[in-house]
Amino acid sequence: MSTTDVTDRVVGDDGELAEYWVPARDARSEEMVVNMGPQHPATHGVLRVAVKTDGEVVLDCEPMVGNLHRCKEKIAENVQYWQFMPYTDRLDYLAAMNNEHVYARAVEKLCSIEIPERIQYIRILIAELGRIASHIFSVGVYGLDIGAFTPFLYCYRERERSNSLFEKLSGGRMLYHYFRVGGVARDLSDEWIQEAIEFLDIVEEKMSEYNLLTTWNKVFQNRTMGIGVLTPDKAIAFGITGPALRASGVDWDTRRDDPYDIYDKFDWKVPVADGQHGTVGDCWNRHWIRAQELVESIKICRQAIDKMPKRDPALTPKSMYQPYINPKVPRILRGPKDAEVYVRGENPRGELAFYLVSDAKNAPYRCHIRAPAFVNIALLAEISRGYLIADLVAIIGSIDIVLGEVDR
Amino acid sequence: MNLDELTLTGLFEELPFWVDIPPFAQMTVIGLVGAAAVVLLIVAPIGLMGTYAERRVSAFMQDRCGPNYVGIPFLPRKIYTNYKWTRLFGLGQSLADGIKLLSKEDFVPPKGEPFLFIAAPVVAFAGAIGLFAALPLSDGLIAADVNVGVFYLLAVGAIEIIGVLMAGWASNNKWSLIGAMREVAQVVSYEIPMAMAALCPVLIAGSLQMTDIVAVQRTGATFWGISIPDSIAGWGAGWMIFQAFPFNIIALVIFYICVLANLKRAPFDLPESESELVSGFLTEYSGMRWGLFVLGEYGAMFALSGISATLFLGGWSGPVYSLLTAIGLPSIVAGVAEFSYKAVGLFIFMMIIRWTLPRLRLDQVMVMCYKYLVPFAMACLLFCAAAALVAR
Repeated sequence: MSTTDVTDRVVGDDGELAEYWVPARDARSEEMVVNMGPQHPATHGVLRVAVKTDGEVVLDCEPMVGNLHRCKEKIAENVQYWQFMPYTDRLDYLAAMNNEHVYARAVEKLCSIEIPERIQYIRILIAELGRIASHIFSVGVYGLDIGAFTPFLYCYRERERSNSLFEKLSGGRMLYHYFRVGGVARDLSDEWIQEAIEFLDIVEEKMSEYNLLTTWNKVFQNRTMGIGVLTPDKAIAFGITGPALRASGVDWDTRRDDPYDIYDKFDWKVPVADGQHGTVGDCWNRHWIRAQELVESIKICRQAIDKMPKRDPALTPKSMYQPYINPKVPRILRGPKDAEVYVRGENPRGELAFYLVSDAKNAPYRCHIRAPAFVNIALLAEISRGYLIADLVAIIGSIDIVLGEVDR
Repeated sequence: MNLDELTLTGLFEELPFWVDIPPFAQMTVIGLVGAAAVVLLIVAPIGLMGTYAERRVSAFMQDRCGPNYVGIPFLPRKIYTNYKWTRLFGLGQSLADGIKLLSKEDFVPPKGEPFLFIAAPVVAFAGAIGLFAALPLSDGLIAADVNVGVFYLLAVGAIEIIGVLMAGWASNNKWSLIGAMREVAQVVSYEIPMAMAALCPVLIAGSLQMTDIVAVQRTGATFWGISIPDSIAGWGAGWMIFQAFPFNIIALVIFYICVLANLKRAPFDLPESESELVSGFLTEYSGMRWGLFVLGEYGAMFALSGISATLFLGGWSGPVYSLLTAIGLPSIVAGVAEFSYKAVGLFIFMMIIRWTLPRLRLDQVMVMCYKYLVPFAMACLLFCAAAALVAR
């Protein structure tokens, strides 16, 4: 790619000039390849980006993944279905509950296991709480990428509360292993639900304050609006999912458009970028979609708590060491012969999917994980050419990758 | 010996062999001893207290505790636990950190430029401590009352970028080089509005000398040609921000913004922006070399806060000074008290800004300088000149 192409891109296909400095078309200085990462504070883990720069302008960049590869898919073939559940925690470790949810659904579909209604409500509540915990972290840490340190710590304070909630449920603060095939680890107590309601109240109240520090901050808007614009066509062509897709103006949410579990019973709306602020598909919109989704998730949680059915004595396990699952789940899970399922779910970072092939053993013949962050990171070079190094950091942060999921 | 007549030169003249030394050597000795005194008595305590204050202020803003455990140094843990007053709100933390920095490995990048790498922190630090030479801390408490004081301060304040550029080049690290380049572009640009804003009080005072600028805020102050009586001018009404009202207030805001940019404080901390350039020009530095940069930064922060206070907020004259002298305290003590609360207030305000705002981008920093600050500073300069003309 030559410098001329890059400047063309910045000027834009629709002839609209980017607001900031663009190198003169014919001027060209010495190019430099800078290694951003794997030990760089802005790459959210161990991502390595080889950046070809001309001064401060990014001419090209290439994300190099694989530093955190842990052979998750191969492990899935060698452990039993239920044993792989804790490994899914380590995919997107900021939203461990959501990963477990999708995997549990995949195995249940493969083995045709029914889920009692109360457990379905519990699952939705937990998954949405996980989404809140993940988004509140993303919103805060994006401020950190832009240079505002304080909102990050405020957001982390709220995430600590959700961590404590999950700790009371599962014993872990980050990696939970709460979902089981056919149910969950244990029932929700009334006290726990009370604490969850308090948590939701606090988050709802505080989010408007945190938005003042980041989303509506003039400096923050100057840094993120009109940067890293992703057009809807390109987003669909690249297979982008999650908030990044909706920020490009594509109205798609798997929870609503391909409903699973009981999501169709709730009343909520999918936030989509409408171009009221900034450009559709820019960094600011990706951030703002996350902040809005958080509020929508609070609505779903409230409804799930209200509508949750009473406890069914037949479901209650005899001992506290037994999981809270459908009693008809067989003790040794075996998939049917020559069957395959592809189950997807809306995770905080996009569409997570498990593709399981079964050959009538107690472990899958093949397990493929479609990780949203891995697909989304492919976009990086496409939308960051021609911007400054400081913008590259803003773009990486706005895609919101988790390296545990990218590398698997 | 009369305290008012006590000077550094006077102390040396007591020595029997002093007259036999050639004048150049005399000046060298005085300069070295004076610089050492400034470093040990002013810059080092300010640096230590500054890092402590930064950590405490950020901790309070972020709902954390901050350093609160290490008080009187070198005590066993048991005493800190049993006698809580020994913790002194964590005041000893900076000292402990300093000891840690001194005992770290002395690392020079093997493929860098060793000489420039070692010299860079010294140059940057020298620029910071040089600022204290012409800063009137109190009535008569000024190291060198040169007649081109403001000019000297602006010139010496710019020395630091040479050190930063040396550091960025000598580190042989791409992040360091980018950081140093950003620093140079930023500081050189912001020198322009900074100098213009600093000239506003100079025009009113009719002198570049720092003591003259303080004096005109005590006696003979004017408000667009109307003379402010000395009886109320000494209580703060004669401050520069009230003379040539409101243009000196705008000049103060411009000057303060430029100070933030020159000191690489957020939202202008691009040269060492952690999330973009790892640590910018500080990436390869560790131990006391890094410590010298940081000490110099806090020293310069305090000095430039003090300069802002002196140019626009009356320096060592004001309500607290008048009150304390009225109850009979010596004027030198009252002046230090008056100067301190203003300088420390501006110093703390820098930290509050840092922990609130996100970081600007390089082009936005430049746009802010040339598109907004320079024209406004020019306008202020023009109107202050008019005010000075009216007063005459």
